[in-house]
Amino acid sequence: MGDEARQAVGEYQFGFHDPEHATIRFDKGLSEQVVRDISALKNEPEWMTELRVKAYHHFMERPMPEWGNAAMLKQIDFDAVTYFLRSSDKTERNWDDVPDDIKHTFERLGIPEAEQKWLGGVTAQYESEAVYHSMREDLEAQGVIFLDMDSGLREHPDLVKRFFNTVVPYTDNKFSALNTAVWSGGSFLYVPKGVHVEMPVQAYFRINAKNMGQFERTLIVADEGASVHYVEGCTAPTYSEESLHSAVVELIALEGSRIRYSTIQNWSASVYNLVTKRGIAHANATVEWVDGNLGSKLTMKYPAVLLKGEGAHAEIISVAYAGEGQHQDAGSKVHHLAPNTTSNILSKSISKDGGRSTYRGMLQVLPKAHGCRSKVVCDALMLDPESRSDTYPTMEVGNASADLEHEASVSKVGGDQLFYLMSRGHTEAEAMGLIVNGFFEPFTKELPMEYATELNKLLDLHMEGSIG
Amino acid sequence: MTDDLLVVEDLHAEVEGTPILNGVNLRIKAGERHAIMGLNGAGKSTLASVLMGHPAYTITGGTVQYNGAPLDDLEVFERARAGMFLSFQYPSAIPGVQVGTFLRRSVAAVRGEAPKARAFREELKTAMDKLGMDRSFLARYVNDGFSGGEKKRLEILQMMLLQPRLALLDETDSGLDIDAMRAVAGAINSLPPTCGILLITHYKRLLELVVPDVVHVMIDGRIVESGGPDVAERLEQHGYDGIVAR
Repeated sequence: MGDEARQAVGEYQFGFHDPEHATIRFDKGLSEQVVRDISALKNEPEWMTELRVKAYHHFMERPMPEWGNAAMLKQIDFDAVTYFLRSSDKTERNWDDVPDDIKHTFERLGIPEAEQKWLGGVTAQYESEAVYHSMREDLEAQGVIFLDMDSGLREHPDLVKRFFNTVVPYTDNKFSALNTAVWSGGSFLYVPKGVHVEMPVQAYFRINAKNMGQFERTLIVADEGASVHYVEGCTAPTYSEESLHSAVVELIALEGSRIRYSTIQNWSASVYNLVTKRGIAHANATVEWVDGNLGSKLTMKYPAVLLKGEGAHAEIISVAYAGEGQHQDAGSKVHHLAPNTTSNILSKSISKDGGRSTYRGMLQVLPKAHGCRSKVVCDALMLDPESRSDTYPTMEVGNASADLEHEASVSKVGGDQLFYLMSRGHTEAEAMGLIVNGFFEPFTKELPMEYATELNKLLDLHMEGSIG
Repeated sequence: MTDDLLVVEDLHAEVEGTPILNGVNLRIKAGERHAIMGLNGAGKSTLASVLMGHPAYTITGGTVQYNGAPLDDLEVFERARAGMFLSFQYPSAIPGVQVGTFLRRSVAAVRGEAPKARAFREELKTAMDKLGMDRSFLARYVNDGFSGGEKKRLEILQMMLLQPRLALLDETDSGLDIDAMRAVAGAINSLPPTCGILLITHYKRLLELVVPDVVHVMIDGRIVESGGPDVAERLEQHGYDGIVAR
């Protein structure tokens, strides 16, 4: 990468790419035929094919959203996207069987090492499909199902049919329709009644090809009294051409269960990241989103929880970092549909070098939902005067018994703070890195330690480059 | 002449157009202890901030040499790495950054290499014991919600770990009870004998525990009187009016 290119993208360390690997590559562009071809290629049951086709038509008819960043959204050229690219003929259970350069990529990303040390299972997706998957035997013995979504549908069609499209219907928004039409890969995770998965399971999504569209679909079901922590990571090479990542994630936490879903999104600055994530929490269940957004050109993502059963709880902690040319339009949505449900929302954003971060949140309490409690805290930190931060919190409260707290703050890095840190030998960039790491600390402390360390290093890298 | 650590000549500085320093002259040799006394607003803290390179102040005249070279050429972090240390009167809080992390990273920055984990733990323990600081300090966020006394102890802890060649101590004694003051004085007294010290204080009490070689009196941005420890004595008895009147 030349100096100019490096300057343009900042210090993105995952911008390398491998030679393209394709055993099947669809022509660019989208049509009903493309949708049917994807389904046929995967030998899917008819109901899935029909669902895809319906979703495709809905996508075509549905106008582009006029909110978020309408100008950037209009720049997406759906005809320039490759909707399906198979890079390996099967999903391997042993890293040694994964094609060498793909394996090498995941080694550079530290996945096999993390798996050995502290993960309960791993799925590694490269372009459209998983190239590697494995889970610890003890989890398998307890009846835990953790598969890439394609295998999930093949091996557990009834379970998938029961839950798929129930939390995020394809009619939800234009991009959930697109995902439902062309989805490929993603994770299917089912945890049986009363089973506690102690070690996190992880999926890693890598886009390698130019103009690639990645449309993974994830479905996680925790049966009654079960618990699991799922971690998602993602990166892509830095290209001047744009890529599109449009995922749908559906979580179902049945009575008394708990699902934690942690994301570190670190796409390169050429990726549109338009994702729908939503969970349903039944009685006394907990759904937690721990959602970090560091990369991409435009992210529009609003992790949501429907508190459907009495006593259900939602916990959403999100951070966003918007650097030069980036817009992070993110936020949390919680719907209190049942009595005595509770939620905690903490959102933190940082804007730098003209980057833009937007908090767009929704808190709803239905009239029948008495005795609900919610706390929403939004903090924005701006590192320079060129950057921008906006907050759009929406509250619809239909029950007067609700106990709601809302706090918002926008702050700038103080000259005295910088001076103090620099007087201890830190360069301005290092000082910024410390302040930023500290600002994100409430988020990073929720991550497994390995991720927290990695995230702090990433933030430090982001602070270098443009200063001084 | 060559053992001059800091030479300040006719230093003028202002903040947002308001002159604060109006021709300061000061010479500190390696191993010397100087104290500056003066009323609020006399320019004592400004002098310390200017020496450390605070960007809010503009130097409008005069020169400062540190270790034989113009200080102007050094950025703030370079001054720290060159051995200058400022104990702040009002240190900033850095929410979310744990004291332990901050100390380790600062020591690495100033020494130019990360300290060995085990040796650093020992070093930290010794220093904290000396200051009567509990280990739980390390997990707290830097100066966040600290009492005045806790902040000052943390400043002195940093001084001990960073091992400066020139320590600028800005009202490090204010807000300390007598036990804390003794601990802080003990730490200052155990700096290496070559370390130059500039103590800024209102009170004689610290100067009884850390005996200075030279005491300066600052009024209206100038050093108007310099002498031995007896200057502090006279100030205590006659007040600043006595000095001004002379």
